[in-house]
Amino acid sequence: MRLIPMTARRTFLKSCVGSLAFLATGEKIYPAEAVVSTAAEPPSRVVVARDPGLRGAGSSVDSGRLLRMLDRTMQALFRTERAAEAWTRMVRPGQRVALKVNSLGGRGISTNPLLVEAICERLQEAGVRATAIVVWDRDTRELERAGFRIAVGGNQVQCFGTDRVGYEDGLSSWGNVGSRVSKILTERCDVLINLPVLKDHDGAGVTIALKNLYGAIHNPNKYHPDGCNPYIADLNMLPEIHSRMRLTICDATTACFQGGPAYKPQYCWQENALIASQDPVALDTTGWQIIERKRAEHGLKTLEAENRGPRWLATAADPQHRLGTNDPRKIDRVEVALA
Amino acid sequence: MVGLAEPLGAVSPKATAESQDDARFTVEARFYEKQAEKRIQCKLCPRACVVGDRERGYCGVRENRGGTYYTLVYSRACAAHIDPIEKKPFFHYLPGTMAFSVATAGCNVNCKFCQNWDISQSRPEQVPANYAPPARVAELARQSACPTIAYTYSEPVVFVEYLMDTADAGHAAGIRSIVVSNGYIQEEPLRRAYGKMDAVKIDLKSFSESYYRQVVSGQLKPVLETLVALRRMEKWLEVVYLVVPTLNDSEQEFRDLARWVKGNLGVDVPLHFSQFHADYLLKNLPITPVATLERAKQIADAEGLHYVYIGNVPGHPAENTYCPKCRKMLVQRAGLQMTQMLIRKGACPFCNHAIPGVWHV
Ligand code: SF4
Repeated sequence: MRLIPMTARRTFLKSCVGSLAFLATGEKIYPAEAVVSTAAEPPSRVVVARDPGLRGAGSSVDSGRLLRMLDRTMQALFRTERAAEAWTRMVRPGQRVALKVNSLGGRGISTNPLLVEAICERLQEAGVRATAIVVWDRDTRELERAGFRIAVGGNQVQCFGTDRVGYEDGLSSWGNVGSRVSKILTERCDVLINLPVLKDHDGAGVTIALKNLYGAIHNPNKYHPDGCNPYIADLNMLPEIHSRMRLTICDATTACFQGGPAYKPQYCWQENALIASQDPVALDTTGWQIIERKRAEHGLKTLEAENRGPRWLATAADPQHRLGTNDPRKIDRVEVALA
Repeated sequence: MVGLAEPLGAVSPKATAESQDDARFTVEARFYEKQAEKRIQCKLCPRACVVGDRERGYCGVRENRGGTYYTLVYSRACAAHIDPIEKKPFFHYLPGTMAFSVATAGCNVNCKFCQNWDISQSRPEQVPANYAPPARVAELARQSACPTIAYTYSEPVVFVEYLMDTADAGHAAGIRSIVVSNGYIQEEPLRRAYGKMDAVKIDLKSFSESYYRQVVSGQLKPVLETLVALRRMEKWLEVVYLVVPTLNDSEQEFRDLARWVKGNLGVDVPLHFSQFHADYLLKNLPITPVATLERAKQIADAEGLHYVYIGNVPGHPAENTYCPKCRKMLVQRAGLQMTQMLIRKGACPFCNHAIPGVWHV
């Protein structure tokens, strides 16, 4: 597990007190219910920020409110008063940053381009050149279908799929995975920021942070048997991915509790949330809980009861992988409610 | 090997992924069932993938688009070469002839030793390909004086629609069809597609379920069922067993295999023990010692199989065909070339013992 060290629980509580400035603006930060850290290791922080007014009167997301929610998320995650400071802890000027979005679900349920725009803005404020940022997924046409404007060359943020540059010729392998990795990762990226969506998945149970990296390799179809276990965990151990991964910000403005990963409007809901963490296993564990909550509201069985519980989470957390923690007692879940 | 990329022509080998997104390559799949909520279940191979909308099956060459399942590799030949038929290997089927050999991207298993992994384990859009419709393949085979079209290199099961129509086009032009397959196929497509084949070579990768699970990402049982079904269909059949050091090279496994072949396919089915060379995800293993291959042959011979060969060891005497009755050499081979053919009218010229196979066009 490669994480920026977290402070201990006591310090975390102190930081909440230190964040009272949010209360003055009508926003609160409070720890999730029933989170008791008993671990010797510092807990993994997962921030869940929600803004019920994110969409105003209409159904589309308000870009200003989204930017504000992003800032609050980063402040809470990095325990800082200023969002800009959080970003400077993530990236340094001169670095190349790849933003891995999820565009499989078209405009219905993909990473929102407005969120990506907001992140690009903050990255540039942190000193990253526009041309050093690449917004990417597997396929350029899927990106277009999801509402992204393709940009290749010029003095702008780049946006295209791996189909434009291809995959490495050589194999990268770890455990049960042997794949060719996107050249976007190997040739254009020092820092990888993962921007998945929150979705049910017919095979994996859920697809959030770790599963989103299936879009970084040439042969994702090979890794769906056995509920994607241990493939999801093994894939995230590939050095090209593991050494670059810094942060996950999950777009849960629209989420899916059943029938995923394709877009099925009847199974989607507006959670109006962002979920962020530097621990992708903790983030996925938290996202899974949110999906289960929604499934229960709709009278659906749990994923475990449907025999598609995400067993790969335990694999990702095991001593061979150490990609993060799936133990709720070791996760500091911080809820940020925006008024 | 003769490359035929240019004559196939309409798409450059340097074609980008986008320029290959062509309706010409996309036709509705033949073996699947529609399910609720735009899901489909593929009925082509034993994986029986259930595939959601906009997703692909395990093989990566079949995609669900709005509840209809499509193959993306129809006429999408990523390899086209003229090879000696011995390379497949077929030793008892038209020896000394050339086979016009085609493949598309994709495979329904993931053998850790695959030598063609760059095409078999890729999606079609990741591999340069040429537009080669069935009639064109048949025409090229005829122009090249190849008596057979071979479906090979990757896994023909996953391009079954293309294979079926090309076999029909070939037969109409007087060209036979042969397939080199893992045998990982459901019964109906087996009957309908491999029913059109004139000869079949099956790679039986091991005789253990755990090896199939761990090294092949598949199952043994369906492959054994395929072999038995092919025997019943009276197709010319040869079996290859790649001997991988430490993984499937125990004497017990050789013995179990030979007994099963004898009991289920008969003593006359050629069985090839092939030498492994490190590749893909098994680069840490050594080449198979020739002594191991010889031991495998000894065991299979002792169990009573008549035609047991050693493959990938050029110049080894066990590349030749010997009469099981008088022990005289009947077909001499050196590597992929047949150098001498003594069989006359399907029989040994020395003792007149019938030698099973298809020896002449
Ligand atoms: S042919 Fe492909 S899609 Fe069909 S069951 Fe086999 S692996 Fe799955």
